[in-house]
Amino acid sequence: MLQYVLKRLLLMIPTILGAAFIIFFILRVVPGDVCELKLGGDGGHYDPVQVEICQKNLGIDRPVYEQFGKFVVGIFTFDYGNSMDTGKPVTHEIGLRFQLSLQIAIMATLVTIIIAIPLGTISAVYQNSWIDYIVRTVSIAGIALPSFWLGILLLLFLLNFSDWMWGIRWSPPLIYKPIWEDPYHNVSQLIWPAVATGYRYSAVATRMTRSSMLEVLREDYVRTARAKGLLEKLIINRHALKNALLPVVTVIGIEFAFLMGGLVVTEQVFNLNGLGQLLVHSVTGKDYTMTQAIVMIIVLVFVFTNFMVDILYAWLDPRIRYS
Amino acid sequence: MEKLLEVKGLKTHFFTSGGVVKAVDGISYDVAPGETVAVVGESGCGKSVGAMSILRLIPDPPGKNMGGEILFQGRDLLELSDAEMRDIRGRDIGMIFQEPMTSLNPVLSIGRQLTETVEHHLKVSRKQAMERAIELLGLVGISEPERRLKQYPHHLSGGMRQRVMIAMSLACEPKLIIADEPTTALDVTIQAQILELMKNLTRELGVAMIIITHNLGVVARYADRVNVMYAGRIVESGTAEEIYHNPKHPYTLALLRSVPRMDQPRGAKLEPVDGQPPDLTKLDGGCAFRPRCRFATESCAQAQPVLEEVAPAHISACFEKDRVGLTAGVTA
Repeated sequence: MLQYVLKRLLLMIPTILGAAFIIFFILRVVPGDVCELKLGGDGGHYDPVQVEICQKNLGIDRPVYEQFGKFVVGIFTFDYGNSMDTGKPVTHEIGLRFQLSLQIAIMATLVTIIIAIPLGTISAVYQNSWIDYIVRTVSIAGIALPSFWLGILLLLFLLNFSDWMWGIRWSPPLIYKPIWEDPYHNVSQLIWPAVATGYRYSAVATRMTRSSMLEVLREDYVRTARAKGLLEKLIINRHALKNALLPVVTVIGIEFAFLMGGLVVTEQVFNLNGLGQLLVHSVTGKDYTMTQAIVMIIVLVFVFTNFMVDILYAWLDPRIRYS
Repeated sequence: MEKLLEVKGLKTHFFTSGGVVKAVDGISYDVAPGETVAVVGESGCGKSVGAMSILRLIPDPPGKNMGGEILFQGRDLLELSDAEMRDIRGRDIGMIFQEPMTSLNPVLSIGRQLTETVEHHLKVSRKQAMERAIELLGLVGISEPERRLKQYPHHLSGGMRQRVMIAMSLACEPKLIIADEPTTALDVTIQAQILELMKNLTRELGVAMIIITHNLGVVARYADRVNVMYAGRIVESGTAEEIYHNPKHPYTLALLRSVPRMDQPRGAKLEPVDGQPPDLTKLDGGCAFRPRCRFATESCAQAQPVLEEVAPAHISACFEKDRVGLTAGVTA
């Protein structure tokens, strides 16, 4: 097992380096830079001398390999430089939003798990019954509805429902407070985007659980478990679910990583200042350092999540653990 | 002698989009305590379905019991509630499946898979169940049982896994074991070991066994009685010796001739059973074996032959059983 974990950890290094390489060079393929954009404004005319000074200050006049070297060293020392737009350290800018995005991603993933695994299992066990049809309809709706739209509906519902129930129009708080400062405030703000996105992602995971479970329920070892006279509950939970979860874990892992940077519109709807918004902002502003840093952080989350998925795999399946 | 199991007119049909498959269509036989009964036939003749129907393990839909009785110690298993049936499965009737590679759960340890049956049926503690599991592994000839308990199925070879399956089926000291082609997936050398083990254990423990096989060698050596099945019905039934030396059904005769024998001259050709097994959705009123039968006559198309006694404890369902008997006498 230890060897397996070490191997997975070592495999993370080339993945991170490869991603860094691609991010760095693709950004620089796009013509123009932050100085031209800032100084040129909307008119497009700028003073070449000023641009040169600006480029010198930001270090983008240096040879590309030198900039790349600095960037790679920065990844491992967590020094991502200053934002080319605001001039503040990138880590500071990201730090503020990372917490929020991470929390939403974790909460949305929990919502996904709470919805997907029981519903997918029930749906498979009662295949082609009315329960199955309801679950399938609900999950198809989840795939069809964009989460930002569901978010808008949720907000409208909250306003009208609170008005109808208590006569006050209540909506989630607008200012973000970290969970350790004010847990109630924090959760009452973030639970709604988490539900909206979690429901959407649960749709894929529910269908995955269902189809994986259906496959496993036809396996010989499930028949063996039945022939042993075990309770159906035990057969599902102990014999089938553990086998059926393997592909589901992969899907949920990938979704978690995606949630870290991919919630631009949902963040907009709930007025949240998350990583997604910051990323869009930095790309349009050609803020190389910021874009690189955010994409790198998303890559790190992806790599780390994949690592966790691999560990979970080994925990679920002894064939991987002992190979 | 009192019967342990009596199957009377059992019918299991599958309702598929292609039509109704009459996989088991009115079979009757019985098993005495401690007796070994073999069920023989080609793939798809309904022998496995017949056996699984006893434990009600046929998924419904598409499978459905369409009639008959399965009396186990006098109780009709088809009338029991699901909970009552669960008490019988694994405790009174054990089952061994064909594929040891897929019949054990890959993510649960051998120990867990053995102890759960014991814990569930005998209501004992985990520790007592573990002791029983060690004892069972010893019984089926697995060395270092304590270490094996912590291992997973992928650590074991096919033969070892089948031993674990046998241990599992014996866990609660059942009265009957149903073995569905227990050696088909194993190497020839291992097959003999497993069969010997099963024979010795069932004799020692006084357990009755229904062994489903298409291997006539297995039948000759290990079974007390034989049921030959064709197209969902029993076409001949008798003691192993009678069936071997005095077959009275053309299908049995054809099966016997398709097996290589030591006493045949070198280079002698085997006689395969010509043709394919029939489509079970398209059976007519005549004898199902008729298209492949060299004894077939006009009357075979008119009606289905019923099982009739040809000798004491030997029955056959064939209009031409006397002619078959004569030929068998000449060539067997």
